[in-house]
Amino acid sequence: MIGFIAQTGRLFIRLCSFIGELIVFCFRVFANILTPPFFMRAFFSSLLQIGWLSLPVVGITSFFTGAALALQIYAGGARFNAEEVVPSIVAIGMVRELGPVLGGLMVAARVASSIAAEIGTMKVTEQIDALSTLSTDPIKYLVVPRLVAAFLTVPVLVGVGDSIGILGGYVVGVTRLEFNNSIYIINSVNYLEFWDILSGLIKGAVFGCIIALMGCFFGMRCEKGARGVGQATKSAVVSASVLILAANYFLTEIFFSS
Amino acid sequence: MIEVSDLYKSFDQNHVLKGVNLKVDDGKSMVIIGASGQGKSVILKCLLGLSKPNSGKVLLNGIDPNSAQKNIIRSKVGMLFQGGALFDSLPIWQNVAFRYLHGKQKINADEAKKIAIEKLERVGLKKSFADNFPSELSGGMQKRVALARAIATQPEIIFFDEPTTGLDPIMAQVINDLIRELVVELGVTAVTITHDIQSVRSIADEVSLLHNGIIQWSGILDQLDKSNNEYLKQFIAGSTIGPIETLR
Repeated sequence: MIGFIAQTGRLFIRLCSFIGELIVFCFRVFANILTPPFFMRAFFSSLLQIGWLSLPVVGITSFFTGAALALQIYAGGARFNAEEVVPSIVAIGMVRELGPVLGGLMVAARVASSIAAEIGTMKVTEQIDALSTLSTDPIKYLVVPRLVAAFLTVPVLVGVGDSIGILGGYVVGVTRLEFNNSIYIINSVNYLEFWDILSGLIKGAVFGCIIALMGCFFGMRCEKGARGVGQATKSAVVSASVLILAANYFLTEIFFSS
Repeated sequence: MIEVSDLYKSFDQNHVLKGVNLKVDDGKSMVIIGASGQGKSVILKCLLGLSKPNSGKVLLNGIDPNSAQKNIIRSKVGMLFQGGALFDSLPIWQNVAFRYLHGKQKINADEAKKIAIEKLERVGLKKSFADNFPSELSGGMQKRVALARAIATQPEIIFFDEPTTGLDPIMAQVINDLIRELVVELGVTAVTITHDIQSVRSIADEVSLLHNGIIQWSGILDQLDKSNNEYLKQFIAGSTIGPIETLR
């Protein structure tokens, strides 16, 4: 019994220590965002890595999601003669939920893992210590550019993903479900409100921060060896994915509960 | 001048440094030797301000590297890491000129590249390597690049962490000779940690032996083979018999 209590206590202390470490890390990162020096080359490189190179994976995922969504809504709607809602539900579903969440999860898988592995390898090979000895703050050089780039590019990716997802629904709607071309487009646009789109983009910005922070945090606390890098990568992807889903719920609650 | 007094450092229950005292005068080259796992690298991390001591005093030219003034002293320090620690994503010349491309010492990129090429040539690397990436070079060449980076901004103090680890004996001697030349030429204060006796003989003015968390012996290079210190004799002989415990 005492052993069990001790084990639980140790786990609790480790959890508190982990949360404390994460809070201190986030505080250090946000404190460094507005103060020079700014590493513009690292920032533009991160824009390319996080934004541009994630476009194919987000685009393909969104296209098939929109297409499958159209089929599902059509099949469900047919039960009560409401097949005509397909365009509007696909559009609203994509921009409010599926675009940001699936886009966020795909970027988390691609980017959080790559950031954690890259920074983790730098930690293991003493490159982060080398940065410090060269009078360069690793948070400023490695974390801030990635965080700002993810904050700016993930909403753009979400916007592009939304459009491609709606296009996927349109292609299936017109070619497989025999919708009229122009009626599908009109119904997609007419029921979509500006706030639907904006809320999805805000979610994208929050998810971008989560992805970059998790990748950098686990990379920076990476332990020695290949196992340490693997563990950091896994932890970054899992925690970014879980936090994205949790944040999505809370943001939806805030944006749409009324 | 480098001064370390009563330096203690522990990791959880593992007491690595138990009161280390060291003094290196300006322009002198101190080599710290000792068996693996005795805390040599920990001393270096404390000297660089990368690890905070539990207690004790570390001063580099009168400045505590763990204080708010750490960036002042870091701008005067060069460091050669054991594995080179070159930035994989940057070409060689940007690694060497890193300080000239970022931060307070920033200068024009063309000028920085010119300096980087000069430093590369000083350590025996051709200009043509400047645009290569670290992964395209051999271990010995990477050590040279790391050395060029360490001397790039005319430091007053240079630290060398196991400079010859992983190199063949000939390349190891080339690096040892290069380090000695640079230390003399630049007039810097140097601290090297190694367990390679050949490096000690090539680089050192003074030698200290670290074991069990304290300096067991300290003296000038000439006294190295004359000392009756049992730890030192065993270490130099590479014997398994003596006060330094060995696992077999």
